[in-house]
Amino acid sequence: MLAHPDLTQLIFGRLTIDQLPLHEPIVVGTFIVVALLGLALLGAITYFRLWGYLWREWFTSIDHKKIGVMYIILSLVMLLRGFSDAIMMRAQQALSFGHSTGYLPPFHYDQVFTAHGVIMIFFVAMPMVTGIMNFVMPLQIGARDVAFPFLNNFSLWMTIAGAVLVMASLFIGEFARTGWLAYPPLSDIVSSPDAGVDYYIWALQIAGVGTLLSGVNLLTTIIKMRAPGMTLMRMPVFTWTALCTNVLIVAAFPVLTAALAMLALDRYAGTNFFTTILGGNAMMYVNLIWIWGHPEVYILVLPAFGVFSEVTATFCRKRLFGYASMVYATVVITVLSYLVWLHHFFTMGSGASVNSFFGITTMIISIPTGAKIFNWLFTMYRGRVTFEVPMMWTVAFMVTFVIGGMTGVMLAIPPADFLLHNSLFLVAHFHNVIIGGVLFGMFAAINYWFPKAFGFKLDPFWGKCAFWFWVIGFYFAFMPLYVLGFMGVTRRLSHFDDPSLQKWFVIAAFGAFLILLGILSMLMQFYVSFRNREKLRDVTGDPWGGRTLEWSTSSPPPKYNFAFTPCIHDIDAWWQMKQHHYQRPQQGFLPIHMPKNTGAGIILAGFATVFGFAMIWYMWPLAIISFAALIATAIGHTFNYNRDYYIAADEVARVEASRTELLGHV
Amino acid sequence: MSEHTQPAHGDDAHEHDDSGVGAIHATLKGYLTGFTLAAILTAIPFWLVMSGAFAKTGPADALILLLAGIQIIVHMVYFLHMNTKSEGGWNMLALVFTIVLVVITLSGSIWIMYHLNDNMMPWTMQDARNQP
Amino acid sequence: MSDTATTMSSPAQPLRFHVEGEHHVENGTMLGFWLYLMSDCLVFACLFAAYGVLGRNYSGGPTAAQVLELPVVAINTTLLLLSSITYGFAVLEMQQNRRGPMMAWLTVTGLLGAGFIGLELTEFSHLISIGAGPQRSAFLSSFFTLVGTHGLHVTCGIIWLITLMVQVGKKGLIPANKRRLMCLSMFWHFLDVVWVGVFSFVYLMGVLP
Repeated sequence: MLAHPDLTQLIFGRLTIDQLPLHEPIVVGTFIVVALLGLALLGAITYFRLWGYLWREWFTSIDHKKIGVMYIILSLVMLLRGFSDAIMMRAQQALSFGHSTGYLPPFHYDQVFTAHGVIMIFFVAMPMVTGIMNFVMPLQIGARDVAFPFLNNFSLWMTIAGAVLVMASLFIGEFARTGWLAYPPLSDIVSSPDAGVDYYIWALQIAGVGTLLSGVNLLTTIIKMRAPGMTLMRMPVFTWTALCTNVLIVAAFPVLTAALAMLALDRYAGTNFFTTILGGNAMMYVNLIWIWGHPEVYILVLPAFGVFSEVTATFCRKRLFGYASMVYATVVITVLSYLVWLHHFFTMGSGASVNSFFGITTMIISIPTGAKIFNWLFTMYRGRVTFEVPMMWTVAFMVTFVIGGMTGVMLAIPPADFLLHNSLFLVAHFHNVIIGGVLFGMFAAINYWFPKAFGFKLDPFWGKCAFWFWVIGFYFAFMPLYVLGFMGVTRRLSHFDDPSLQKWFVIAAFGAFLILLGILSMLMQFYVSFRNREKLRDVTGDPWGGRTLEWSTSSPPPKYNFAFTPCIHDIDAWWQMKQHHYQRPQQGFLPIHMPKNTGAGIILAGFATVFGFAMIWYMWPLAIISFAALIATAIGHTFNYNRDYYIAADEVARVEASRTELLGHV
Repeated sequence: MSEHTQPAHGDDAHEHDDSGVGAIHATLKGYLTGFTLAAILTAIPFWLVMSGAFAKTGPADALILLLAGIQIIVHMVYFLHMNTKSEGGWNMLALVFTIVLVVITLSGSIWIMYHLNDNMMPWTMQDARNQP
Repeated sequence: MSDTATTMSSPAQPLRFHVEGEHHVENGTMLGFWLYLMSDCLVFACLFAAYGVLGRNYSGGPTAAQVLELPVVAINTTLLLLSSITYGFAVLEMQQNRRGPMMAWLTVTGLLGAGFIGLELTEFSHLISIGAGPQRSAFLSSFFTLVGTHGLHVTCGIIWLITLMVQVGKKGLIPANKRRLMCLSMFWHFLDVVWVGVFSFVYLMGVLP
């Protein structure tokens, strides 16, 4: 091979042995640990002969519940990676003062903060939100699956394909050093000639396909597959927020796709969209990416609002206060989120008229959001509040999110933004709303719906440990950043000269350490709960005294969710059924029509991963082959018309009878 | 699970007439009307521009955009069978929402970028850039 | 839906909380595909926005008036418009379950689409040969990308059309195939709508003084 450099280059493109970070002890160490853990996992799967089981029951599954669980597993794995980046940054900033340069050279530090942002948004928050929606929403509307079950599986694997590419960048080549939105001209081919930005582009484009299709899928599901009687204004609030989030996904992600495609053309084909020469305009990229970027934050936070609505109503034993206003607030936020994007670049110089328009629209968004907060508070007011773990997260959210929201309104004032933009104040603000809003919401959701998914509750002791470590750690980690922001410290710095700043960074690093303990407590919670699963077992299917339809099924629900499609007469459908002493039907079961599992999704996503990798490293022949294989497989899959089967009536009867028996033991 | 299942009866045993296709009733008259209108609405702006009938850009731009808008509506109604009833109104709702977003994206981008250029770039540079 | 319990049941009669018998769920493919098209529409909106912002940045290179040839575009527009009506005829034949004529009209549609792509490629190669390629200026970058993305969609439409013709040939006009034909119909007419925007916004307004 080496005798034919041309051939080597044709096959391997610009990927050479030098691209492997063999001279970086930190990366090599990480690689060894990851490789050993990976080998141990693969070995264990092989030893326990789980490959067949995993392939049949999980990887090829088109069951929305299993796909939802797989999304969440992906997000938790990526959370570990994203958090490692975070604690590395906190440690670097706490150490790197004066003569000390810390342990991360800028070359690495820049990759770390870029990877942290990209991973946390695209591969932690997005899959977690999508996973929860996937699992819960069809159950809440009384459906047996989503509208396009195969697409659902395909979307999952495309998201995983994107995550694989990001992870690959750790060990093969490098990741982008541009910040999480890769603004040109820094991200163009002149300033970033290496593979980092290409990893960024292809990971996001491939994962973006999954996100978009999942959005179309869930949207169609909500519109078409609601149980009879469930009018729009009888949908559970979580389903409403899922509806609005998926509207935003379908309407916003194409903009990201287009912006990244133009950036890719600039890098690969030499076009001049965002270059500094020949008429290109880099600000157009900033403009486009934020047309996606602002709706994106509502894509993340709206489902969290839905979760809090469900949790508050359940644990206060009361109907949610102001259902209609909650729905209207959600819809107003959905529409307004398209009218505020410029507040991310007030300082770029569009002038007073433009800035004031977008400043005002931004401030208006706080009105529906505030209405929601009051609705939750009024639901709690005179309710019988039980402080189970999901409710604790909800209360922590209300306090934390209000602080984050108010600093957001401060940033929405253009003259204030001229001082605060690009500072650690901004960093503190968006962590305040994303951790305090999205992440707390998703942790509440995981604690709340875990018994539904697995049939046993999560251990409350370790849940509370995780809660307190996370919340206290959060305040320690981010409140100092507000202070530092006011002192004029800009973001993304790996070294500071002024020693008087150090104490704040040390406090922040201590906060990150507490969050680490929070994450470890969470892992411990999963382990302990699994060990004590018999003690934590939920046989009723309704461990919290829930109000919506998902609690009417068994835990975990049968493959077909509902033996008979429920009829809805009220907002809190299951609550009303309980009030009327609803009896489950014991006989008269019918065969149930269900979609068949398929391996096409994982195969397509596999080709997409290879294609992305080949494009990143300029391996043109491989890129062409994998792309052709991708198209051929996709077309081939459309020739498969035999995509469904019937679960026999006696199978349904058997499953339902075993549930009846369980319920009898209560 | 598979041991307790039976295959579906044929490919389309579950397919009923509401597979979504039956809802649309295309007619020859509809297509021909649409085609005629579209042909006229295409021909007018092409003729106006190619014959050089316009001396000024402003009104010409407005007229071309107006005709394009009408033609898009013609295509939507006669070719895409758009109406307020199909899919329970969701098709129309999605379309209206998308049009609003397209307008926001287009006009917002052009508005913002015009002001950015105006404020941030000296006229000499803009002139140099736009010079043919 | 007669088997749906009504809300207004009298108190004496208990509410029915489940559907007795099989609940038939409406197929969502047509709606889902329409939603996908709406998202595609926004991809085009961004490309139009890029053209709107960058379309006069000639950077000393050729201007729109110098390089865009309206007669070619007029022919292209005619081809695409004709292909739209021929697809419409195919749909009419499909509704009558007449496979042969439907396939004939689909073939005509595909050929018209191929003609459109052929002419567009000729136009592109001519532009590149005279030094007006996508690298020359931001105007040309945004022009090639917008028009090229539309062309790419038409190409996908042709591949899809061929696939569907094979499938109809193998399986006949079963409901699944009819649904696919209607999805492609939406796709094809949608591309026509985008093209109306392209020839108006890019070509006609571009060559105006």
